[in-house]
Amino acid sequence: MSEPGSPVLASRTRSKAWAAYTADPLSVIGLVIVVAIVALAIFAPFVTPYPDHVGPTGDFAAMNAAPSADFWFGTDVIGRDLFTRIIYGYRLSLIMAIVVLAIATPIGVIVGLVAGYKGGWTDYVLMRITDVFLAVPPLVLAMAIMGFLEPTLMNGMLAITAMWWPWYARLIYNVTRAEAQEGYVLAAETVGASTAHILFREILPNCWPSILTKMTLDIGFVILMASSLSFLGLGVQPPTPDLGSMVADGAKYMPDAWWLTIYPALAILLIVLGFNLVGDGLREAFEAES
Amino acid sequence: MSNILRSLLHRLGAALIVMIGISMLIFAIARVMPGDPARIALGPNATAEQVAALRLERHLDASLPVQYWEFVKSLATGDLGKSLYTNRPVTTDIAQFLPATLELVFVSGILMVLIGLPLGILSAHFRGRFPDHVGRLISLLGVCTPAFVWGVILQLVFGYFWGWFPIEGRLLEGTPIPPGPTGFYLIDMAMAGNGAGFLDALHHLILPALALAMSGLGQTARLTRSNMNEVYDRPYVEMARAYGFPARRIATRYAFRPALIPTLTILGLEFAAMLGNAFLVEKVFGWPGLSRYGVEVILRKDLDAIVGTVLVIAAAFLIVNIIVDILVNVINPRIRLAAGRA
Repeated sequence: MSEPGSPVLASRTRSKAWAAYTADPLSVIGLVIVVAIVALAIFAPFVTPYPDHVGPTGDFAAMNAAPSADFWFGTDVIGRDLFTRIIYGYRLSLIMAIVVLAIATPIGVIVGLVAGYKGGWTDYVLMRITDVFLAVPPLVLAMAIMGFLEPTLMNGMLAITAMWWPWYARLIYNVTRAEAQEGYVLAAETVGASTAHILFREILPNCWPSILTKMTLDIGFVILMASSLSFLGLGVQPPTPDLGSMVADGAKYMPDAWWLTIYPALAILLIVLGFNLVGDGLREAFEAES
Repeated sequence: MSNILRSLLHRLGAALIVMIGISMLIFAIARVMPGDPARIALGPNATAEQVAALRLERHLDASLPVQYWEFVKSLATGDLGKSLYTNRPVTTDIAQFLPATLELVFVSGILMVLIGLPLGILSAHFRGRFPDHVGRLISLLGVCTPAFVWGVILQLVFGYFWGWFPIEGRLLEGTPIPPGPTGFYLIDMAMAGNGAGFLDALHHLILPALALAMSGLGQTARLTRSNMNEVYDRPYVEMARAYGFPARRIATRYAFRPALIPTLTILGLEFAAMLGNAFLVEKVFGWPGLSRYGVEVILRKDLDAIVGTVLVIAAAFLIVNIIVDILVNVINPRIRLAAGRA
C-alpha cells in the first residue's frame, strides 16, 4: 500500500505494476490486439475500404470473390466486402459488451456487497436468488429470455445482462465476506459510520481490482455470448453486421466460400483472446501493486 | 457412511430449493412477456372463443400465485404441456431429442477430462519449458473460442478438406437407427452387438464432441496446471525431491491428488456450459438433438415447449452437480469429515 499524498511512492508502485504487466509478453500482445481492434472499430467509417457495404446492398459485380488485394477477406453472396463488415461487427460487439457490463456490474456488485456485509436472512435470500440464475446454463437462460421477446439488439443486451449480474454478485460476495472481518471495517463501525459509507467507501475500494480484472475478461466473454446468440439466429437481425450471424450465414456456403465462415470466426477468436490476455495481465499487475 | 448420506441429503435439499427457484424464474419470464400467452400460442388465425377456451384451460385469468400453483401441480405429475410446433406432449418431444444431446455432452465431458487433465499435468511438470507453452496456448485458445467457431474450423479442416470425418448427422445415411433402449447410439449399437454401427456412431461423434469439449478442456488444463504448481511449491514435495523420489512418482503420488479436488469442482460448471454450448455445436453439425427443437420453439414462441426445455436442461445440470459434489466428497477426506461434523 502506498501512502496517500506521496507521489514518489505512488509512481513507484505504478511503475512496478506496469513492469509486472509487461513482464509477460502475452499480456503485451493482448494489449496490442485490443488497442488495434478498438481503434479500428472507433474509426470504422474512415479506415474500412467499403463503408457503404454495411447495409443490405453490395457490389454484384464482385459476388463471392475470394480474398484478394481489393477484398482482403473476400466478399459475400451479394458482393459485400467482408473486411468492412467484420470491423463494423467489432463495433457493434464492443458497444454491446460495454452496455451489458455497465448495467450488470453495478447490480451484481451491490447485491454482493449487501449480502456479504449484512449476513443473516438478507444474505440467504439474495444468494439463493443468485444461485438460481447460476444454475441454468447461461446460454440457455439467455435463449429462453430471447424466446419471450423479439430478437432485437436491445433485447439481446437485456437477455445477456439478466444472466451476467449473478457472477459479479458471487465474486463480490466472497470478497466482502473476507473484508468485513478486517480491522478497518470494525473501526468504521465503532465510530458509527453508516452502512452505505462502510459498503461504498470502505469495502468497495478493496473490490476494485477484482471488479476491473473481471470486467476486462468479460468484455471478451460478453462478445462471445452475444455472437453465440446471434449464431443461433436469436440476436441482432440482418442486415446489421454481426460476427455471430456472419458465421452462421457463411456456413451455408462451406466449403467453397470458406472465407465467409472462417474470417468472422477468427475475428471472434481474436477479440476474445485479446481481452483475456489483457485481463490476465491486469491481474498480475494488481497483485504486484498490493 | 452416514456422514456421506447426511451431506448427500443436505445437497439434495439445496438442489430442490434451487429447482423451485428455477421454476419460479421461468414462470416469471414466461408471464412478464408482453402479449396474451393464449393468443400467441394459438396464432393470429384463432377465433376469440378458442383463445378464451385456452385461457380457461390454462387458468390464465386466475391470479399469478394460483397460476404458479397450477403450473407446479402439472410439473409434479410430469406434465410439461403440449408443444404447438409438433402438436405432441412436450415430454414426448424432449424424450426424443434429449438423448442425442446428452450423448454428445457426455462424450465431450470424457474428452475434456481425458485431454484436459494430462495437458495440465504436462504443463505443470515442464513448467516454463516448451510443453508448458504449448499446453498453455491450447488451453487459452480453448477458453477464448466459442464452441461454434471450433465447430466450423474442425468441420472445414477435418470434414471438408481432409475428409477424415463425416460433416454432419449421427449416422451414415441408410444406417438403420438402433431400436433403443437408451437413445445413446453408442450404447444401443453396443447392446445390439452391431460393431460397424458402433464405429459409425463414434466416427460421427468425434468432431462435434471435440468442438464442444475445447472450452472445458482448456479450463481444466489451466486449473490443473496452476493447482499442481501450487502443490509443487509446498515443503513436502521439496522433501520428497530431497529424498530422491523419481519425478513421475512425485507428480502422480503427491501433486496430482490434491490438485484434482479443485479441478473436479469446476467440472460441474463446465458441464453446465456444455449443455448450453451443445446448442451451438448441434447447429454446426446438424446434430438431431434438443438444439434444433429448442431454437425452433423459441422462434415460434411455443411457450410450453420453451419452459419444458429450459427446465429439463436445468434439472440435468443440477443432477450432474450433485454427482460432482459426491465425487469430491469421496476423494477429499477433509470435506468428508467436515460434513460429518456439521
